[in-house]
Amino acid sequence: MGNFRVGLCAGSPVPIPPGQKRGFMRHIISIRDFHRAEIDDLLDKAQKIQSRFDSSSLRGKILALLFFEPSTRTRMSFEAAMARLGGSSISMGSVEASSISKGETLADTIRVVSGYVDTIVLRHPKEGAARLASEFASVPVINAGDGAGQHPSQTLLDLYTIRQSMKIDGIHAGLLGDLRYGRTAHSLAHALSLYGATIHTISPKGLELPSSLVDELSRGGCEVINHENISGIIQELDILYVTRIQRERFPDASSYFKVASSYRVTPDLLRDVRDSFIVLHPLPRLDEIDPGVDSLPYARYFEQSNNGIPVRMAMLEKVMK
Amino acid sequence: MTGDATERGLLISPIKNGTVIDHITAGEALNVLRIIGITGTTTESISVATNVKSGKMAKKDIVKIENRELFKDEVNRISLIAPNASINIIRDYKVFEKKGVETPEFLIGIVRCPNPGCISNANEPIQSRFEVQEKGLHCLYCDWVITKDITSYII
Repeated sequence: MGNFRVGLCAGSPVPIPPGQKRGFMRHIISIRDFHRAEIDDLLDKAQKIQSRFDSSSLRGKILALLFFEPSTRTRMSFEAAMARLGGSSISMGSVEASSISKGETLADTIRVVSGYVDTIVLRHPKEGAARLASEFASVPVINAGDGAGQHPSQTLLDLYTIRQSMKIDGIHAGLLGDLRYGRTAHSLAHALSLYGATIHTISPKGLELPSSLVDELSRGGCEVINHENISGIIQELDILYVTRIQRERFPDASSYFKVASSYRVTPDLLRDVRDSFIVLHPLPRLDEIDPGVDSLPYARYFEQSNNGIPVRMAMLEKVMK
Repeated sequence: MTGDATERGLLISPIKNGTVIDHITAGEALNVLRIIGITGTTTESISVATNVKSGKMAKKDIVKIENRELFKDEVNRISLIAPNASINIIRDYKVFEKKGVETPEFLIGIVRCPNPGCISNANEPIQSRFEVQEKGLHCLYCDWVITKDITSYII
């Protein structure tokens, strides 16, 4: 069991299946595979790219966008990031019109597409799909979301946005909303723990951060504090990360609206926050942030979304150059 | 021969060649057979004794497998459900080798991931992979952690 193919770092090695190719290749599968220094390195790279970038650095390179699930902003921002670096992108189109509808395995799709391109960006409904893809690909794989699992580019752009306003070290970060199923909140909590942050959780009953994750964060020395409501803690926070509460988690519309309204971020709620305080949201939002917040200096969710471009440019350069 | 010895002899007679797995946690003998891949369709002669009196453990299970010497990785899988088990390799009725079980670092294709959304449960040409951690078995595909009732997930 001595041979491993590792991701961008050796945090979570997966034994190579028998018969698979061996050797080091840069994949970006999970934020858990990253050491803090590697995250900082990528964020520095994104910052440099944002101020000045070489629009021919990936000229002649081709990116495959394999999206087995609908996506608007993630797909478009990877496509835009690749175009800005001088490369081109191809996509497989809809799942219905592809070989997948004929029953082809993901492993075979990845093997075949590996022969066409220089990097594969994958979104798939099954958790662990990107990890599997990295085992069968002969080119780097970037995970653009696998079911309820990982979405590392989102976490990196979240961190990047925080870093634009403050040092990440030791911040008090509030996570609000559906913390049970929200994969972005899980990954961000994990990443923030690498920076010695204190995590404050505020979520409806039944949608709390999974206890296994709380245990893991605590074991790593991260303090996780649960709060009944947001108003009691908002003044202590440096950032508030708001996630969508999904209607389908509730038995009926009235119970959803009752819960959702009590977790709504309004201008009134933000009256006495710290000067440097910021509000983030992975978007799309529904009712969880009042549109009145958009014009306040604390609102950073649209910048956060725009930051997807430099961060994804940095990721593409990292794996292809 | 004492009454006890006669009873034990009847329950689990000596084997000429093969493996004796002793000091199995009481009640886990059949799971030990499952975890080392011995099912109803295999050809080995197997003797199983459960809830046998033991000085060391009060009660224990014993499994004897004729004409098959277990490999190290097979032996180590047993540690997941019977960490105190001891393995005796028998040749010509004598104990040729005696060894304990060591917890393996990884389990490949032994345990099914309980997460229905995990890619390892889809129709893909891969085997399940778990890293054995202090808190349980960690799925290397979806990060699910099995903390209890491991035997019900044995493939």
